[in-house]
Amino acid sequence: MNVCVAGAGTIGSLLAAHLGRVTDVSVLVRREEHARALNREGLRVSGRADFTARVTAATDPADLPEPDLVVVACKGSDLDAVAAGIEGEFRSATVMTIQNGLGAEDVVAARGPWPLLSSVTFMSGTRHSDTHVEYILDAATWIGPYRATTAADARTVADLLVGSGLKAEPYDDLRPAQWSKLIFNATVNGVAALTGLPHDHRFAEEPLGPLVHALMDEGKAAAAAAGVQLAEDPWEMNVFATQRGFRHSPSMLEDVRAQRPTEVELINGSLVRSARANGAPVPLQETVYALVRGREESYS
Amino acid sequence: MRVCIVGCGAVGSLFAANLAQLDDVEVWAYDASREHVEAINANGLQLSGAGEVLGRMTATTDAAELPQCDFGIVATKAMHTEAAIAATAHAFADGYVATVQNGLGNEETLARHVERVIRGTTFPAGKILAPGRVQWDVKGDTTLGPYDERTPLEEVERLADACTRGGMPTSAVADARGPQWRKVIFNASTNPIGALTGLTHGRVCERPDLRALVSRLVDEGKAVASAQGIELDADPEALIDHAAKPEVAYDHKASMLQDVEARRQTEIDYLNGGIVRFGKEHGVQTPLNQAIWALVRGLEASAAEPPTPGR
Repeated sequence: MNVCVAGAGTIGSLLAAHLGRVTDVSVLVRREEHARALNREGLRVSGRADFTARVTAATDPADLPEPDLVVVACKGSDLDAVAAGIEGEFRSATVMTIQNGLGAEDVVAARGPWPLLSSVTFMSGTRHSDTHVEYILDAATWIGPYRATTAADARTVADLLVGSGLKAEPYDDLRPAQWSKLIFNATVNGVAALTGLPHDHRFAEEPLGPLVHALMDEGKAAAAAAGVQLAEDPWEMNVFATQRGFRHSPSMLEDVRAQRPTEVELINGSLVRSARANGAPVPLQETVYALVRGREESYS
Repeated sequence: MRVCIVGCGAVGSLFAANLAQLDDVEVWAYDASREHVEAINANGLQLSGAGEVLGRMTATTDAAELPQCDFGIVATKAMHTEAAIAATAHAFADGYVATVQNGLGNEETLARHVERVIRGTTFPAGKILAPGRVQWDVKGDTTLGPYDERTPLEEVERLADACTRGGMPTSAVADARGPQWRKVIFNASTNPIGALTGLTHGRVCERPDLRALVSRLVDEGKAVASAQGIELDADPEALIDHAAKPEVAYDHKASMLQDVEARRQTEIDYLNGGIVRFGKEHGVQTPLNQAIWALVRGLEASAAEPPTPGR
């Protein structure tokens, strides 16, 4: 199987490098120097694994081999631009999204008729350079069908990921997992971005713990109103994550520290819009959403 | 009469220097800053800006030096009330102690240490320029009222009259909770939003989502005030819209944001935290004030520690 990873941030780099060990992998990036460095040096993984994979990289999809699978692995805030970049290309490929939040599939669907898989990932790492990523949290990626795909397609991709050394599981319906992570991210990323605190034990203790709990309760009610039965309890995910022993800085916190656009729309915005559409009151989630958007506004 | 200012920061200094203009008032100033106290004793307390005033008084960092006073005016930050009144209570054994501090709960703290307490709210503002020198930024009114039946209104009127004659317009009212809650609700609904977003007051008010959040915070505060039978002397919403005008405070950076950036503790426990506490006592739900309180507590915690490496 020929795989193209579009976007080589932390998650894209981890995927491309691992898959590069078991199949032909190309990488679509935005910067020429990034493509040249990848073609020259390959992609190194440290941390949970230690290897360097050969990849083919380019900034123009026309310069890459025709893939069977495209994983759009950029951040949510870059998604539409990346999807627009492959519009009209890769006509025989299936495209898989992996962004946080909800609605990434629809952003890609609007740019082309590809069959679509959706996925959420819990793995994390740190990108040290264009050609070096550290694999820190070896958690699973969950994959499900979205448009013109089946559970069997999800299983094929999950098997490929597992064969490459990553953790992955196929689902018939990804929404229960997607919503569990959505509620987790909307709450933890939002609170981290606003307080400046990394995700640590304080998110499960006074004075922040009760707020985190109340935000997640609102999220659970919004999921129920959307007809989704959650795969995991977000509060238990929170408690578990804060007991891992290292202080993870969620991407939204990193973004506001660097004054970059955040994924607030796909994450908090999606949750609030779904809740409103289904008549579930989420005043605390609306508060976090408005405050993070205000924080972005303060960059200028 | 003899008046001791407890906490001679910017607001305390405005009262101290103005009261010192009166022949019938002897002013003492108690403050923790040795440099400030020494400068005041050597050269007097100098106000500039909205008014040019030089006040002569006796200042000290040692509460044991304070004589018996008729009145105290406590003007520390709210988190220092307890320590300040514990140290100075002996000077007010027969006197009355007024608070002109921000927030909720200062009266209760004072009443644990002294018999007779005066509730107060003040709007003038300034900043310390150097030891003994204070910039008077904004003039404004002060309202004082008895905290409970142990303080007769006539005594409040004596203090208010002295402040007014000295140059700080002050009124004495039977129930001073209205202006106090109006100011608390205004501060609690705007100041933390500036601190959490980094936006000035005017830019907060321009964003419909944030302005709506401000109103929801105001509504919770009003409900808590109303449950106690407090009638606000004016609508905090009017004050919020007024302050958002370009010529008023559009560009004002919330003092709470300045506190966080300077790694100082904020007054969040006495603003939103106070609204939450009084809400609980009177059976009023305040989920948004509670959320804002928790977020600012988190912000204080992260400001107090070095940044963590990105992971």
